[in-house]
Amino acid sequence: MTQTHQFDIVVVGGGGSGLMAAMNASGHARVAVLSKLYAMRSHTGAAQGGIGAALGNLEEDHAEWHTYDTVKGSDYLGDQDAIEFMCEEAIQAVYDLEHMGLPFSRTPDGRIAQRPFGGHTNKVTGKPIRRSCYAADRTGHMILQTLYAQCVKNKINFFDEFQVLDLLMKNGVAAGVVAVELATGELHVFQSKAVIFATGGHGRIWEITSNAYAYTGDGVAITMRQGIPAEDMEFFQFHPTGIYKLGILITEAVRGEGGILFNNKGERFMERYAPHVKELASRDVISRAILSEIKAGNDINGQRYVYLDARPETINKYAEIDGRTRPDGSPYRVTAEEILSKIPDIADFCRTYLGVDPVKQPMPVQPTAHYAMGGIPTDYFGRVVVDDKNTIVPGLYAVGECACVSVHGANRLGTNSLVDLIVFGKHAGINAAEYVAGADMPALPDDPTAYTRQQVSTLQNGDGKEKGAQIGQDLRRMMFEDVGIFRTEQGLSNAVQQVQQLRERYKHVRVADKGKTFNMDLLYNWELGNMLDLALVTAVSAEARTESRGAHAREDYPQRDDVNWLKHTLACFKDGQVNLSYKPVKITKYLPKERVY
Amino acid sequence: MEITLKIARYLPEEENPRRMDTFKLDVDPSERILDLLELVRGFFDETLGFRRSCAHGVCGSDAMRINGKNALACKLLVKDLGTAEITIEPVLGLRVIKDLIVDMEPFFENYRSVLPYFINDEPLPADGKERLQSPQERERFDDTTKCILCAACTTACPVFWSDGKYVGPAAIVNAHRYIFDSRDQAAAERLKILSGQAGAFRCRTAFNCTEACPRDIKITQAIGEVKRAMLSGKLD
Repeated sequence: MTQTHQFDIVVVGGGGSGLMAAMNASGHARVAVLSKLYAMRSHTGAAQGGIGAALGNLEEDHAEWHTYDTVKGSDYLGDQDAIEFMCEEAIQAVYDLEHMGLPFSRTPDGRIAQRPFGGHTNKVTGKPIRRSCYAADRTGHMILQTLYAQCVKNKINFFDEFQVLDLLMKNGVAAGVVAVELATGELHVFQSKAVIFATGGHGRIWEITSNAYAYTGDGVAITMRQGIPAEDMEFFQFHPTGIYKLGILITEAVRGEGGILFNNKGERFMERYAPHVKELASRDVISRAILSEIKAGNDINGQRYVYLDARPETINKYAEIDGRTRPDGSPYRVTAEEILSKIPDIADFCRTYLGVDPVKQPMPVQPTAHYAMGGIPTDYFGRVVVDDKNTIVPGLYAVGECACVSVHGANRLGTNSLVDLIVFGKHAGINAAEYVAGADMPALPDDPTAYTRQQVSTLQNGDGKEKGAQIGQDLRRMMFEDVGIFRTEQGLSNAVQQVQQLRERYKHVRVADKGKTFNMDLLYNWELGNMLDLALVTAVSAEARTESRGAHAREDYPQRDDVNWLKHTLACFKDGQVNLSYKPVKITKYLPKERVY
Repeated sequence: MEITLKIARYLPEEENPRRMDTFKLDVDPSERILDLLELVRGFFDETLGFRRSCAHGVCGSDAMRINGKNALACKLLVKDLGTAEITIEPVLGLRVIKDLIVDMEPFFENYRSVLPYFINDEPLPADGKERLQSPQERERFDDTTKCILCAACTTACPVFWSDGKYVGPAAIVNAHRYIFDSRDQAAAERLKILSGQAGAFRCRTAFNCTEACPRDIKITQAIGEVKRAMLSGKLD
């Protein structure tokens, strides 16, 4: 039996942006949060190093400097009006979190502690700046717990372990969603005036990734099926320091606290790639540097990794060479205890998974697929916009990693993902509450679950010649190889063909679990379909873009090409085919110039 | 290495819902127990039910009993067990719904009962900025901020198993996190809740919770601090 529920606003996803939207809309509107996990299991909790905001608690800083760094970090593909809005709002957003009880680490005078992070600089001196507000190395965990706790306090309606399978539209207006309740296998229709997608990223389409299993791109895939384009999907960030083989994130804060990268010759190779800020260059630059070292045979033991060294003797040696000082002007020196107090979780991961104590041995690291700059196109109130005229879909919103505002452009700066979640989650929630106050409940489409039932039935009635798990493995390997850090025409066209073949094989998958209770087999095979869609759109968008910009590095087109490519990609996906169009980048203050770190 | 993996199954829609399945697997000793479960589910038996997400011990989805002890499947490696015989069962004290998936609702109900959220109705600082808190005040409750609500502690607690009325260690840990936060104002209310029948005095200091915690929270100590605060009426 399909149950139907009515709410003013349905939020799909219970991570930082979804909870922030829900909190800001509740009190003004009836809100439900649907999560395929329990909300507090969301991937926001894995964020480590901090949330950037120009509080200036330790040194002079300005939202304008944060804006400039973000524009430069985006390789000029970010929309500057949205970036300016985000960086100004970031300051209040961080205070909001503190007022909700977030246990930030503190300065000696009791203020929110801040640390340096890649790509964040003093605009006058060009030197790294302390802008990242942090709670040890578990800032995302603290944000998620704080927001979840406040949602409990405010009695938000949670539908935990409800997997959203379809977006309902009526006459071009959002009308709700269809979800399956995992515990029972029953379909539920949620009729609503507004739908906010906050479903996170899709790093699981790559073999080595820092992302949770849940990161399968559901929101982008669902909206694409309703004719909504996906923006800038060729831009996906590879974080330079993942734990060797496992891809588990080792926060940039390790480098912020003074950690150094070395190749097999003991050489601090970042001096060659980013002579000014070295280990604190932006992520795309460092990931490419590491891969270049690997390609040149400078990896450790020929095993495709380099060392990240956070031993106090190493940090102190290079702090002296770099002339690094503390805010009071004294030389920067650390002890093992201080390092461990700043990165306790990293130390725990290293001991658990590598048997390495990071204050005694260097950590083996390699780049890991980390963050989607692209996603569902929105304006900076989270409203979904479908074309180059920024036409709004009434009632439809997207926030957080699944959205593309675009504030990250071609490469996101560290700490800006959390800024994005909080700022745009908040403003989407406020905007959606205002919208629903003046909107009627849209009618549901006829037979609202028809498409979902057909989709499920197809998965249940395949001939079973293929296994979803195998297709997933093949997809992830191929994507890491051909649509990874460095790309070529040959690799990308191969990738497009390969994904098309995998999509053919996917038609032969059959769900083996016949039960209704927690049928994870059905869920995972459905997610695989989303990943195949996103992989194809990513490869096609990347093949078309014949330039190198931010995270999209083409070996055959190594230069940025502002004449032809200073524009956002919009990929529409219909009947297995991807159609590309483009829209201009909003440039307000900062004209593109060469990007040097 | 060759291992024998036994998994306690419960498939509620089958005629004989309970059984023990055995898989012989060739695995790398550095693999996570979660990797073995993924291997089984992907390639040997797609019906196997278990929760997981982050796969590195921060989301709290995959608490289960591994060779008789509660742990997160993603934070335990094959080599940590020191044996090639591995048995996986659901956690105790919560109703099994399917295979390794248990009903978490009673656990979360206990969590919600202790006001596990920041309460301070005083006006914000006049400059609109942060409330001040010294590093020492911040350190006072650091340990209990680490909780990921995985339930490994509560479902290892013999008192929780026996009567089902005890709020359990995880709820007390979350109360502790706010009770000892210098910015919070509802410590007295929480202490009152925890002094009730279902509260902290049910703890018999078995230390199972502390051993089970994948975040290395000193849970028994935190419960002790809450008990002392209730007796003395002081937060120190």
